[in-house]
Amino acid sequence: MKLHEYQSKQIFARYGIPIPKGRVAAAASEAKAIAEELGGRVVIKSQVLVGGRGKAGGVKLAKNPDEAEVLAAQILAMEIKGLPVRKVLVDEAAAIESEIYFSITNDRAARKPVMIASAAGGMEIEEVAAKTPEKIIKVHIDPLLGLRDYQARDIAASIDLPREYWKDFSKIATGLWQVYSQNDATLAEINPLVITKDKRLVALDGKMMIDDNAMFRHADLAEMRDVDEEAPAETEARKYGLSYIKLDGSIGCMVNGAGLAMTSMDIVKLFGGEPANFLDIGGGAGSDKVAAAMKIILSDLNVKAVLFNIFGGITRCDEVARGILVAMDEVKPKVPMVVRLVGTNAEEGRKLLADAKMITAETLADAARKSVAAAKGKK
Amino acid sequence: MSILINKNTRLVVQGITGNEGLFHTRQMVAYGTNVVAGMTPGKGGEWVDEKIPVFDSVKLAVEATGANCSVIFVPARFAPDSIFEAADAGIPLIICITEGIAVQDMMRVRNYIDQKKVRLVGPNCPGLLTPGESKVGIIPGDIAIPGNMGVVSRSGTLTYEVLYALKLVGLGASTCVGIGGDPINGTNFIDVLEMFEHDPQTEKVVMIGEIGGTDEDKAAEYIASKMTKPVVSFIAGQTAPPGKRMGHAGAIIEGGAGSAADKVKALEAAGVKVAKHPEEIPSLLK
Repeated sequence: MKLHEYQSKQIFARYGIPIPKGRVAAAASEAKAIAEELGGRVVIKSQVLVGGRGKAGGVKLAKNPDEAEVLAAQILAMEIKGLPVRKVLVDEAAAIESEIYFSITNDRAARKPVMIASAAGGMEIEEVAAKTPEKIIKVHIDPLLGLRDYQARDIAASIDLPREYWKDFSKIATGLWQVYSQNDATLAEINPLVITKDKRLVALDGKMMIDDNAMFRHADLAEMRDVDEEAPAETEARKYGLSYIKLDGSIGCMVNGAGLAMTSMDIVKLFGGEPANFLDIGGGAGSDKVAAAMKIILSDLNVKAVLFNIFGGITRCDEVARGILVAMDEVKPKVPMVVRLVGTNAEEGRKLLADAKMITAETLADAARKSVAAAKGKK
Repeated sequence: MSILINKNTRLVVQGITGNEGLFHTRQMVAYGTNVVAGMTPGKGGEWVDEKIPVFDSVKLAVEATGANCSVIFVPARFAPDSIFEAADAGIPLIICITEGIAVQDMMRVRNYIDQKKVRLVGPNCPGLLTPGESKVGIIPGDIAIPGNMGVVSRSGTLTYEVLYALKLVGLGASTCVGIGGDPINGTNFIDVLEMFEHDPQTEKVVMIGEIGGTDEDKAAEYIASKMTKPVVSFIAGQTAPPGKRMGHAGAIIEGGAGSAADKVKALEAAGVKVAKHPEEIPSLLK
């Protein structure tokens, strides 16, 4: 789960990381009021869960409250990469001396958290990594011990931070480690961390991602989920414990198991079709789950055919077949359905579906070929 | 011969009295696995199906039964503790079926067990199957026959698909190892490839990977430099969009890394035959 900048910075502040004064606004008049409170120049920043807001014109500097109102109105009317801007963050503007990149994330290959810092702040870190990889400092942290003080000092020294800032930087590093470890973040990023002209370190921008598997111990963070920023079908799928990702093709896929679901998409493409989605119904899919999955797939109007690929192991094919029949009765789909049932009780499952006007297939390749043909309106 | 498990495996089931644990314990017993003990805190002294004693702790189960392998069917929030407990009780081989463990928990688990002589398989995996001898986990026993193909995979049902395709043409497996779909797990491709390389029964190896991470790329390096046995592979997720988690926590293309195309390229460069789809695998093994 991604958090907005303003949410991330509020969390940073709780762990002693200095952030600019500011508040979030949903209306231009509110933005003006906040600007009046703050006095002086303010930055109006769109709050959407995509990168590249600045380049898209979603971050503007306002000299006074009136200008803040005008710019906030403009930004609130924008769409950035397809996402409408619903909120802006109004922050006091900082006089910047220099910018640093500072983050912590999971290093999957090393199986440890890694702190990443660079004196080239303000840019996308991927860009820095591509152009000047030597400017990126990486320090792995023992997940059983946590960040050591010397590691924070080492980072400060490695990015050539002047000594007068080391103490403050170490406090921020400790805070960032706590932000990461106590909130089950998969990413906690400050970009940029600035040195201001009046010699303070301030986290101007913040980004956090939280591990969905750890939500059970973070009720406070779960409330921060912004479902407005998700595709509605993905929100709906999560309710039923389904894993669904919408794609642009015309062949809907309903599969048990993540690896097999990806494989089904791939084989559709291999036989000249385009998959409309990834959907894993998981194990033990009863009729309610199958019906919910079918509705979600068919809510995509691009779908011209649906491929069911079920490998019965522990999940029994006759059970899934019954689920499909109940779902068909409820949803009454108008597009052709191709079904492949293999494994435990596949024969019984196929018999159940024989009268249901479904196209049956034996092999994966056969199923893919038939669904591609069905989507093109051929028999 | 086989790898990891065989008929001498003495299994303790952690979470034996839960729905999943009980169901799969019965399946494993029916397959012939030697399930010597169960463990559920607070249920010590009970019996499962009047044959399997239940203990309050793994330590007690090991002391009483000599269990040398553990399988974990415990909900995600408690499963890390179950792994620590099994490791501390001296179990050398732990298989964790549980899906959905928080990634920071798994980092702590992995860094802890790396300090001990413990092998963890999983989490988020279907477990192990040595056809005809023993099954530890949830792989349906009847989809595979004994044979000389070593199978290792990050996926569940996709693995079943492959075992089944092999069976249809009369090919059997020495051992099938599901290493799991999480970004941080206990056993990686290289670990299993090395075991298959040294297992006299295994003649060829099938490796089923997917998008996310770099384990397949590292496996390709290992295959090129160390392996003498032929390897056939399939990589799922050719059509997966970047930045999206495809069901498995570990199946995500991040920062341009971990795409199926890159993995296929690395494997082909290492001399691995890569199937375009799973049903092509048996013909590539011929």
